[in-house]
Amino acid sequence: MLYTKTRDARIYQVGIAIFLTVILLIIVIPFWQVIVTAFVPLDIYTREGIPFFLPPTKWTLEAFKQLMGHSQFARALWNSVVITVLGVTISMTLTVPLAYGLSTRNLPGRKLIMTLVLFTYLFSPGLIPVYLLITGMKLTNNYLAVILPPAVSVYNTLVMMSFFEGLPEDLKEAARLDGANELQVLWNVVLPLSKPILLTIGLFYAVYFWNEFFTPLLYLNRNDLLPLPVLLRNILISSSLNEYVEYNAFSTSPIESLKAAGVLITMLPMFLIYPWIQRYFTKGTLVGGVKE
Amino acid sequence: MTTKVLALPSKVPAAEKLSIKKLLRTMWRQRWLYFLMTPTLIYFVVFKYGPLWNAQIAFKDFKPLLGVWGSPWVGFEHFGTFINSFYFTELMANTIIFSVAKLVLGLPLAVIVAIALHETWLLRFRTLVQTAIYLPHFLSWVIMFGVMLVILSPGNGLLNAIIERFGGEPIAFLTSPKYFRWVVILSDIWKETGWGTILYLAALLAISPDLYEAAAVDGATPLQRIWYISLPGILPVIVLVTLLRMGHILEAGFNQIFVLYSIPVYSVGDIIDTWVYRQGVLNFQFSLATAVGFFKGVIGLVLITISNRVAKRLAQQSIY
Repeated sequence: MLYTKTRDARIYQVGIAIFLTVILLIIVIPFWQVIVTAFVPLDIYTREGIPFFLPPTKWTLEAFKQLMGHSQFARALWNSVVITVLGVTISMTLTVPLAYGLSTRNLPGRKLIMTLVLFTYLFSPGLIPVYLLITGMKLTNNYLAVILPPAVSVYNTLVMMSFFEGLPEDLKEAARLDGANELQVLWNVVLPLSKPILLTIGLFYAVYFWNEFFTPLLYLNRNDLLPLPVLLRNILISSSLNEYVEYNAFSTSPIESLKAAGVLITMLPMFLIYPWIQRYFTKGTLVGGVKE
Repeated sequence: MTTKVLALPSKVPAAEKLSIKKLLRTMWRQRWLYFLMTPTLIYFVVFKYGPLWNAQIAFKDFKPLLGVWGSPWVGFEHFGTFINSFYFTELMANTIIFSVAKLVLGLPLAVIVAIALHETWLLRFRTLVQTAIYLPHFLSWVIMFGVMLVILSPGNGLLNAIIERFGGEPIAFLTSPKYFRWVVILSDIWKETGWGTILYLAALLAISPDLYEAAAVDGATPLQRIWYISLPGILPVIVLVTLLRMGHILEAGFNQIFVLYSIPVYSVGDIIDTWVYRQGVLNFQFSLATAVGFFKGVIGLVLITISNRVAKRLAQQSIY
């Protein structure tokens, strides 16, 4: 129907497929090499370095065992989970009401609030004023220092707002006629209809908090508070690892494997939630922000 | 950098003139909504406008003991110090080189990949490629750093193993001033190009199939099809993304540079944001660092306002 399958068209299609395969390989090969590095056994490593192909029988979990066996690493993993869960909860509690309020057309003061919110999105005085605020509030070594400054993303709020604006007004009006107040309208009508956007924005916040490493580095200076990305960075830039993992002549894994294993463990939650996120953005939910 | 493309909500129909009584009645009816929004509004006052208040130290000689309010005013002294200093040119150059290179090299690639994804008949393969190329966007730069070490490290990196196999000398990509800029630019392109294709692909899929059918009937070659239908179809998106990125030209990617750079490559890698961090947090030059951050903020505000005006005129779209 659409395309006539001539010989030329087939050759063209093969060309396109080859191009896309090259792109795919450019993305996949680095990940593959990280995986092999994390699973390479010590004897192969000392003999021939890090191979590109590793025989299926040779794969070893030694590096993961060694890494997870260390209290500091397990601690950091837990800290990251706490920061992410707490962060998403606080972010959503603050974002949803603002987005809903801004989507309510006849709310007196809505325009003023919108202007004030947009201004913070367009003008940022930079890092130092925030740093002085947080240290001035004595939030150092407190997870709130890591969670609160980025808690509400104006961008996420606007995406959520335009979703709320698209909901049919009739349903809300019907609930109001039944005597529901605005709180009940939000809770019983709007939120159940908004599951896709709540999930998407929630996941975006989760990705953000899980990945965050600069703010924790800035405000958390006690080792037992550090989240995974900060510990991973310390591990990656150190050459001995002694502070973080027992690494010495008796180590059962090469130092590169420990680093690669750390990368994979930090990446794992992204891999797990990725299919969930993807389901929404391939449908174009997130490009919904672009409208005529 | 994530692409932030958003439209302002359409204008509220001109409300009839409300009497104060009516206004108060509406407000009373919405009291629950105000109540719900209060924590967020307090949050904005403290955590978004609090820093704006602190930003006044850009015009002061900040002494921690005197506090933000108590420190003496010095006017534009710090701005002058910054603009006349030897590092001004270097920081501005590095910042602009990074963001322009990422845009100029990254955007055409994203467009080409999006068109290839749109052209292919292998729909399952397309989904597979999409899945793979979107993924790096969700990884932090710390993880990227780990991946890059595996590829670029002079000792065991894959790329250096290949270079050595062909008789070359291993290259310390991350610490060599000669290669560092390319490492930054290409790693960003590697990470973000896939995600960048989303907008273009969405625009391509929105083009009416009738156009392609008509072209097929007329016997158009694939190249003609792309040139006369696909590209014009996504041109507004390309213009919009370019304008938006121009508005953020001073955002060269703080997290990326912060993770990747080291003292040997400061001269080619240091950007405004990393410098502000070191001067402010590590050297306690709070006022100077704030002035530089403020300077950057003002330029950013001006640029984004201009690019939004242009976008409105060119594509009848608003970018924030």
